[in-house]
Amino acid sequence: MEVAIIGMGLHRFGRTESLSGLQQGAVAVREALADAGLTWEQMQFAYGGSQDAGNADSLVNELGLTGLQFTNVWNGCATGGSSLHAAYTAIKSGEYDMGVVVGFDKHPRGAFNPRPRDWGLGDWYGETGLMLTTQFFAMKIQRYMHDHGITEDALVRVAEKAFQNGSLNPLAWRTRALSYEEIATSPMVSNPLRKYMFCNPGEGGAALILCNADKARQFTRKPLFLKAAAVRTRHYGSFEVFSPSQAMEVADAPTVTASRAAFELSGLGPEDVDVLQLQDTDSGTEIIHMAENGFCEHGEQEKLLREGVTRIDGRLPINTDGGCLANGEPVGASGLRQVYEVCLQLRGEAGSHQVPGKPAVGYTHVYGAPGVSGVNIVTT
Amino acid sequence: MTHQVPIQEGLFSWPAEQPQLLGSRCKNCGETAFPAQRECRKCSGSDTEVVTLGDHGTLWTWTIQSFMPKTPYNSDETEETFRPYGVGYVEMPGGVRVESRLLENQPDELEIGMPMQLVIEPFRKDEAGNEIVIFAFRRADSENA
Repeated sequence: MEVAIIGMGLHRFGRTESLSGLQQGAVAVREALADAGLTWEQMQFAYGGSQDAGNADSLVNELGLTGLQFTNVWNGCATGGSSLHAAYTAIKSGEYDMGVVVGFDKHPRGAFNPRPRDWGLGDWYGETGLMLTTQFFAMKIQRYMHDHGITEDALVRVAEKAFQNGSLNPLAWRTRALSYEEIATSPMVSNPLRKYMFCNPGEGGAALILCNADKARQFTRKPLFLKAAAVRTRHYGSFEVFSPSQAMEVADAPTVTASRAAFELSGLGPEDVDVLQLQDTDSGTEIIHMAENGFCEHGEQEKLLREGVTRIDGRLPINTDGGCLANGEPVGASGLRQVYEVCLQLRGEAGSHQVPGKPAVGYTHVYGAPGVSGVNIVTT
Repeated sequence: MTHQVPIQEGLFSWPAEQPQLLGSRCKNCGETAFPAQRECRKCSGSDTEVVTLGDHGTLWTWTIQSFMPKTPYNSDETEETFRPYGVGYVEMPGGVRVESRLLENQPDELEIGMPMQLVIEPFRKDEAGNEIVIFAFRRADSENA
């Protein structure tokens, strides 16, 4: 059984004072339904999640009490990826023909403030100031730069590209392109990462309508196909966020195993991918994720960035909508925004940020605490 | 003299003349963890024992926390008195990398591979007036090491 994506909707990421997170999720669902030419009553199931904006199944109060199966998903930054994976298996198994995946969020300003107990950690870990995702990502890229000869130039170039792409995307939160100098001289937040190298928690909603591929053409002339959805957690020895200690032996990150699983499922390889979205909650993670997802060797990233290979018009366009850096990260919605963007690209509807040459294979990747990755592969 | 209380029992030996970090080792596979845990994250066994991880190591990676964290951060500091602090992972001779605050808070004071020494530092006062102490590391060749 193949799985098709036949509708998609997005509530613009950023700050929308007038709407709750849940309402932004409802906007995204309504837009996705309209895009598919379907109604809420036709949805047989839903998977949805938010981190800070309430229970996703409360959406039935906004969208209609139709009695559908609605499962809430809470999986950190990988919530969207996990929801999509659940919907993918629901259709693939043959249990359902059609359903919706939705993610939304609305975070307070400033860094996330997780509670140690929610993550199986002692209160001391948070109280002493060790439980910040920003610190982890800074320490991870610090070591990575040391091991693989990456310099600050690469960190600046990732951010420069993100805000350039954001400036071409009318739905981005940050739509002003930033110069290399502006990024390179912005205040240091957590060495080696500066202000404009981090994304911000934000708000927004995203939704997709999934359908049994055999029936998809009843509803749309241009279905896209979800060829693979894979979610993996950390292994013993991988270096992950919220870890008071780390094993001496080094294992592959969950991104590596999720990526391999997705490529295997789809029968495709990194060389087949035309447009991709990699989790870029900071500049460093995009660099690491380029290699962890199999798109280059460790250490090769700086050269690729200098040559512009990852720009919209490059061979390997990454985060064409501006990524998390230009869109912010409403945790529940973020992974689905990535899928929305590759669908837009594969349909050829991305306008001023459209990848040239009719891209046919899209790839998305999320990473979240405390070490979970979700990868999706979409084709025309 | 103010009574000093560890922020959490079992993280380091206390009171002690030369405090040591404490962790656990799996009796089945030898995996070392910090803080000590009953179950083994490597072999899924549940037969572990508390072991001493030592009081020195080498810096594996680092960053500097430049802004005062929101809750659950709980120190005596205010936005005005907050001092940036280093954070790093220190490779312990006990066979594990431990995340820790670092006393150094300037980038030119920190370098991957540098030797580090465990210190027990006052952190905040509790409601009873006790001084809550935490573990941290500082470079081993700095003054008074």
